[in-house]
Amino acid sequence: MENNRKNKPHFGPRGMGVADKPKDFSKTLKRLIKYIGGYNKSIIVVVVVLIISTILSVRSPKILGLATTELGNNVIQKMTYTQVQNILNELPQSIKSNIPKDATVNTLIEMKIVPDDVAANLPEASKSVSLSEEPKINFSYIGRILLIVLGLYFLSAIFNYICSRTMAYVSQKVTYNLRQEIDRKLGKLPLRFFDKYTHGEILSRVTNDVDTVSSTLQQAIVQILQSLFSVIGILIMMLSISLSMSGAAVLIIPTSLIFVATVIKVSQKHFIKQQVVLGELNGKVEETYSGNLVISAFNMQEAEISDFEDTNKELYKSGWKSQFLSGLMMPIIDGISNFGYVFICIIGAKLAIEGRMDIGNIQAFMQYTGQFTRPIGQSANMLNLIQGAVAAAERIFEILDEKEEEPDKKNAKKLKNIKGNVVCENVEFSYDEKQELIKDFNLNVKAGDTIAIVGPTGAGKTTIVNLLMRFYEINGGKITIDGVSTKDMTRDDVRAAFSMVLQDTWLFKGSIKDNLKYSKMDATDEEMYNAAKLAHADRFIKALPGGYNFELNEDASNISQGEKQLLTIARAILADSPILILDEATSNVDTRTEEIIQEAMNKLMQGRTSFVIAHRLSTIKNADTILVMEHGRIVERGNHNELLAKNGAYARLYNSQFSDEEE
Amino acid sequence: MKKVFSYLKPYTFLIILCVLLTFGQAMLDLYLPDLMSDIINYGIVGQSIDEVYKYGGYMMLATVGFIICAALATFIAARVSSGFGRRLRNAIYSKVSKFSLAEYNKLSTSSLITRTTNDVTQVQQLSLMSMRMMIRAPLMCIGSMIMALSKNKELSILFVVVIPLLLLSITLFIKKIVPLFTSLQKCTDKINQVIREKLTGVRVIRAFGTQKYEAERYDKANKDIYEVSISAAYKMSILSPIIMMIINISSIVIVWAGAHLIDAGSMQIGDMLAFIQYAIQVLFSILGVAMIFMIIPRAMVSVKRINEVFETESTIKDNEKIVEITNPGEIEFINASFKYQDSDIDVLSDMNFKISKGETIAIIGATGCGKSTLLNLIMRFFDVTKGEIKVGGVNIKNMSLKQLRDMIGYVPQKAVLFSGTIESNIKYGKQDATYEEMVEAAKISQSFDFIDALDDKFLAPVAQGGTNFSGGQKQRLSIARAIIKKPQIYIFDDSFSALDYETDKKLREALNKNMKDATVIIVAQRVSTVLNADKILFIDDGKIIAQGTHEELYNSCEEYRNVVLSQITEEEAMQNGK
Repeated sequence: MENNRKNKPHFGPRGMGVADKPKDFSKTLKRLIKYIGGYNKSIIVVVVVLIISTILSVRSPKILGLATTELGNNVIQKMTYTQVQNILNELPQSIKSNIPKDATVNTLIEMKIVPDDVAANLPEASKSVSLSEEPKINFSYIGRILLIVLGLYFLSAIFNYICSRTMAYVSQKVTYNLRQEIDRKLGKLPLRFFDKYTHGEILSRVTNDVDTVSSTLQQAIVQILQSLFSVIGILIMMLSISLSMSGAAVLIIPTSLIFVATVIKVSQKHFIKQQVVLGELNGKVEETYSGNLVISAFNMQEAEISDFEDTNKELYKSGWKSQFLSGLMMPIIDGISNFGYVFICIIGAKLAIEGRMDIGNIQAFMQYTGQFTRPIGQSANMLNLIQGAVAAAERIFEILDEKEEEPDKKNAKKLKNIKGNVVCENVEFSYDEKQELIKDFNLNVKAGDTIAIVGPTGAGKTTIVNLLMRFYEINGGKITIDGVSTKDMTRDDVRAAFSMVLQDTWLFKGSIKDNLKYSKMDATDEEMYNAAKLAHADRFIKALPGGYNFELNEDASNISQGEKQLLTIARAILADSPILILDEATSNVDTRTEEIIQEAMNKLMQGRTSFVIAHRLSTIKNADTILVMEHGRIVERGNHNELLAKNGAYARLYNSQFSDEEE
Repeated sequence: MKKVFSYLKPYTFLIILCVLLTFGQAMLDLYLPDLMSDIINYGIVGQSIDEVYKYGGYMMLATVGFIICAALATFIAARVSSGFGRRLRNAIYSKVSKFSLAEYNKLSTSSLITRTTNDVTQVQQLSLMSMRMMIRAPLMCIGSMIMALSKNKELSILFVVVIPLLLLSITLFIKKIVPLFTSLQKCTDKINQVIREKLTGVRVIRAFGTQKYEAERYDKANKDIYEVSISAAYKMSILSPIIMMIINISSIVIVWAGAHLIDAGSMQIGDMLAFIQYAIQVLFSILGVAMIFMIIPRAMVSVKRINEVFETESTIKDNEKIVEITNPGEIEFINASFKYQDSDIDVLSDMNFKISKGETIAIIGATGCGKSTLLNLIMRFFDVTKGEIKVGGVNIKNMSLKQLRDMIGYVPQKAVLFSGTIESNIKYGKQDATYEEMVEAAKISQSFDFIDALDDKFLAPVAQGGTNFSGGQKQRLSIARAIIKKPQIYIFDDSFSALDYETDKKLREALNKNMKDATVIIVAQRVSTVLNADKILFIDDGKIIAQGTHEELYNSCEEYRNVVLSQITEEEAMQNGK
């Protein structure tokens, strides 16, 4: 493990936002859509509801415009009535009597009573005004219209709610399923995978990337569809009001798009730069703060400060540019839409004066113009979000596509009362094809034997553990337990034959009791206490608040390293497996604790076949067989005396370790 | 609060300018609907195309002014906030660089990191938003309110009803949603923890065959997070329809009430249309203001955390004096004691010993007995609370930190490497070292062989935290870094722990050969590492229990003998040592 932990490949750049580009956008997007496809009923609901609600919200201003049109007409009619009454008042009685009872303003114009120049300026709507009674504001009509609009707004609100609720459901379901799928996948992946990638990288995919996909699904899809439908809907409405005004409005889109695209193109460059520099700067802070002692000891503070200031200056440069440019986007879009607004106003006013369009329609049209430009600005942001989500999905899919472990054999053999005879026959193994590590390895371990594995750091001592427990599959030969090949057993059964105590103690957040019983879920409390006592863990556990119910926190950081080790030994004792794998403690614990741990380990080894990654002379000397490893290979084997006599690698190791020829 | 914002001071003029520009932008933005109503009132209702052109022209002018104001304000805001962030970052960084270990312990390294990175980014964003949004939203709100009032006072009564309604719905909503977000955070932490445990414990889980149990644990966590996030999302879906509803109903009410006012002749139709625009503007600005109130408290937490850094003063005072060294290579502890600021118990008490030039001294004792602290005192990462320490015959408090640390080559317990190359890491000890010096240091530290096996040799990249090298390799590189400095004094803080015995031995042999004149202090857990020291300090519980050669201690000190015999046989213990 020491070997292959080096040079872990990175899963690709992990920037934020824009910098995060997927490798194959369309392929990943298609696959992501498939996940959502399982909920196509919900998606259809969303689309239908969105279309309806868009129609509603698009139509509402036009309908509300009817009310203001009526209001405006009524006002003009009133004005005309007063104007005409004034003319009538000045007329001689003889002409007045000629006017029919049901006369309208139009009648007066035809009778040339209203002069042509005045008539030309009268709006069309006022020409039908009756002379017999003063026109009133048509409240019943306006009221009806307003009620309809209220209803439409209400419906549109409800539809909006249905829509976002459904999308929330879909995205959460998809997220849940993705999480489940990833977990099941992780369960099937070989250890090779876990050794290859750092935990941080896998974790980040399972958590951050899933979150990114989830929140984008929830927000972006609805917003993008909404924007799209709105633009289409608004356009249709605009066209239905006035062709020429729509022409002016439509011109706004390409104009803003050109500006927006230019701004995005330039700002994107700075934004990516900013993200990169920010990452660099944060890395620098992390590194120098953690290495503070070294920096101080080497008097490098000033150099580090000036280095930091240089990076910070870069951040400033790209930072203000990207902020300025992205801040510029909205004013530009607003400005362009304002210009459009003026043009449309001019066209509208002309049309209104010519009597070809009414005020209500102009008002409605103006509202559409305002709504028209909003989706454009939004969609730029949305596209960035989607890009990020697809990149995240791509990383998730990479995990889901990893090669799985071969499944267990269907008719696997089951061993009962394992004695602990372990035999390796012509075993071949390598971590990668390039370098063969173990070849033709033969070993015959009788029940109760102790095998010591020794060698310098990085010699690959954990390889033996990986093979024995089938964490990795051997490439050739076979390993048998009591005569049965481990390949003919299920992995779980192979592993149940072993108890493992590694230096890298693993305990989880939870009570000590749960942690101990982890090795044997159905153990009684009595069995657990006995195991703890044998492991010399009972004393310190009892001293903890709550004793066996004491809650370990994450990484078990609330007990000491030595105590952790004792707990893992107790756990192994409780498992009571016929074969042991032990990793002796080195320097992480103080000498007194080390003694206690050793004593516990010795008890555990009694009567069991044991494979020990050994550091202590006494263990090595007492071992039945010593395997000496170097550079991943087994270079020597035999017992202490045999190996010393050989005067090879072991002798070198032994001499350097336990005697000092200097002086 | 003052400290952080004092870094905005140089920008006072620009900020004022930005406020003025934003004000102008807001006013012009507000003026536009007014002009639009003028076009309708005078142009369309008044039926004059000249008026349309006149007010249309005004609108264009206003728009150009609006864009200029907005662009300039954005420009200033971007420059000022980025500049502010930069100054703040520089200030924190150089402040933290001067911190001693005590301050690092007090504020914690990881918290210092987030304070310098996230918190500054937060504050910088706050300053940008303040200049862009926070000024604008209230200005727009007040401005549109005034404009609306100027159009019609009676209609403005509407605000008295709608604004509280809007605020009430937002407040109620926040009250409902905040606890959900809190529990969502808990669920996220939980599922992350379960996954992390699964990843770190993959061997143990498979060894015990508890995959099913783990799957159940995960399923529960996943189900919990699903349920909480879906109920949060459902609640979130309500907000926007409600707010839109309030705003839409307002415009309906305005038309209805406006119709009556127009009928009574107290209002013109164009004014009513403008009023609708202003009313919507007011309500949206209020939403903006509400958002600001949600952001400010979060950013203020960051401001407070940064201020804490500024208010923390390093407990180590550097007098920056260069003094004459009378006895190079000599170290002496005179009644030196140390305790942490907020503790009554001495970590080290009444230390008395002297190391002469060229001597090797080993410090041995149980974990937590104060060995590393003793080393930290020599380098003034902490200051003694009583007594004094002399290096080179001079009280270390009387010389500059630089002079003191220049005499020492330090190899920490945790091998710290910096991202860069192997060369940059080794030369960290001596910037102007030659290639030959570097190779020599690599050879002595037993790192030459593995460096030479790398494709890029000395130019091979070192990842952040040196994660692309094994623990033993990192330790050897950090030893090379100290060796290249050729200091008078070497300090090894348990620096051989990740090495196997063979490399450990070779390394010590090479060191012995090359450091004949240097004073060496070694802290170790392994007895074999310390057997040959000129002097061994056996420390327990912050006190020197015994000092002397291995032989002396072995014969006179029972505790020492116990420790030795737990690691090597009696016979070996007797054979070795001076």
